[in-house]
Amino acid sequence: MIREMRIVLRNAGKINPASIDDYISAGGYKALKKARTMDRKDLIGMLERSGNLRGRGGAGFNTGSKWGSAFQAEGPEKYVICNADEGEPGTYKDRIIMENDPHTVIEGILICAYAIGAKDCYIYCRGEYRDINALLKLAIMQAREKGLCDDVEIRVASGAGSYVCGEETALIESLEGKRGEPRLKPPFPTVAGFRRKPTVVNNVETFASVPVIVEKGADWFRAIGSLNYPGTKLICLSGDVVHRGSIEVPTNVTIRDIVYGFGGGIQDGRAIKTVQVGGSSCGFISPEHLDISVDFESMRKIGGALGSGAVMVVDDNHNIVDILVSISEFFAHESCGKCAPCREGTLRVAELVKRVADGEGIQADLEQIRTLADHMSRSCFCALGQSATTAISSAMSLFPNDFQSKLKAQEV
Amino acid sequence: MKEKYVEIIREYKRESLLDVLHALQEVDGYVTSEAIEELAEEFGSTPARIYESASFYSMIRFAPPSEVTIQICHSAPCHVAGAVEVIHALEDELGIRMGETTSDGKYKLEYVECLGQCQDSPCLLVNGILHTRIDPEKGRELVRKGGVRL
Repeated sequence: MIREMRIVLRNAGKINPASIDDYISAGGYKALKKARTMDRKDLIGMLERSGNLRGRGGAGFNTGSKWGSAFQAEGPEKYVICNADEGEPGTYKDRIIMENDPHTVIEGILICAYAIGAKDCYIYCRGEYRDINALLKLAIMQAREKGLCDDVEIRVASGAGSYVCGEETALIESLEGKRGEPRLKPPFPTVAGFRRKPTVVNNVETFASVPVIVEKGADWFRAIGSLNYPGTKLICLSGDVVHRGSIEVPTNVTIRDIVYGFGGGIQDGRAIKTVQVGGSSCGFISPEHLDISVDFESMRKIGGALGSGAVMVVDDNHNIVDILVSISEFFAHESCGKCAPCREGTLRVAELVKRVADGEGIQADLEQIRTLADHMSRSCFCALGQSATTAISSAMSLFPNDFQSKLKAQEV
Repeated sequence: MKEKYVEIIREYKRESLLDVLHALQEVDGYVTSEAIEELAEEFGSTPARIYESASFYSMIRFAPPSEVTIQICHSAPCHVAGAVEVIHALEDELGIRMGETTSDGKYKLEYVECLGQCQDSPCLLVNGILHTRIDPEKGRELVRKGGVRL
């Protein structure tokens, strides 16, 4: 049976998120004080080697390595950016964290600022989360009044409805007041990020995991969940399950546990068709892989991805092509237009998928979709375009009949 | 209006350009060309540069919004939960298609991408206010009540 384990959400529902005193009474900001007594290298090493905290935004990069790179970078001007531009369809975990416990995120940011020697921090919060934007500003003011910020400044900057700004370099461009178009990497932000200065960009969930690790130690953290991706992960359940919602679980919990244990199984007693793990940019997985645990490496082994931790359940009542219409239109809408393969590719793929879904497609359209998907996955400039057709490709191999049954009758 | 714009720009300038744009949009319901000119002035830029950036973002508008703008989430989780039926009901009730405005200019139907409320899908925004777990009947009722909160 599934067990929830609340590390990031340890205070959720127990404290008033708008009260710093509540957070402090629950042990908050102790980790920050402890961190500030530590040698910076030891602090970073704790996260890097022993804790093996890996980024919770989707890329799974080692947090300590990232901090270490920014720490070693030359120059006194460095930045910390918290990526709260949560936009992956099916994902709402960062919202849950921030609306329940903004201070744990701020504490994580302040620990990072100390570790790398940054004085300026930003929380880039998606434009749709206006109430959270206000709550974060309040929490920052409270932390400043308590003298916890020291000489570090944290600002909240707002997004304005652009998915690609969740990509760290696009986010930085946006924060600089430009169009949110991704930059070529390298140089990585830890070398040349915001204002071309060394910058750590981490996800909300990553920062929120930091205080507990600092407080309880790396060994404690490493013992939780899977070996290669220790700790907990927030999972966002959506789709055809009985109970939709967010849950924090150790990373060795399986998708089956989440769907049937926490989610209560499939709605209306129907059968499961597939699950899309990681959001619209990730693939569908076959029900035979439900016993895979929700850690980065296990998902990768089956050709999937953990992504943001979104789990969208689809029952056997759906034709997968109908779902692909909204996914492909999403990417066509969100493509930033910087590179041609993505700008044109997402548009054409969306047109073709819609045609097939409407019963107007022919066999050659499917071939065209395959060719475009292949080109885009290899030639698009950033991860948005490269992964825009991942869901489609996985659906084509898992459910070829869904496509065939949609083709024009005379073409079959 | 100029003084108002300048006041807002100076207040939010330290945050980011987008925060200034959001605040300016609050004043008129959209970002006016006069506001863009003031932005250029205050940021030491040109109106073209400011517009270049601002027009990238779907939440920033450059024309007055309809009295009731209904934005329906179009992402996969809402789709799986039945957004298409809600869309059909709204189109039917208003006699317009997605992306269109009613002939009296009062209602506009448009898509919006994932709102991050997928535990309560399908969801939509009416003039920026979130409505969750919408079914076709609730959608129709929303329109009949002029877009007020259910």
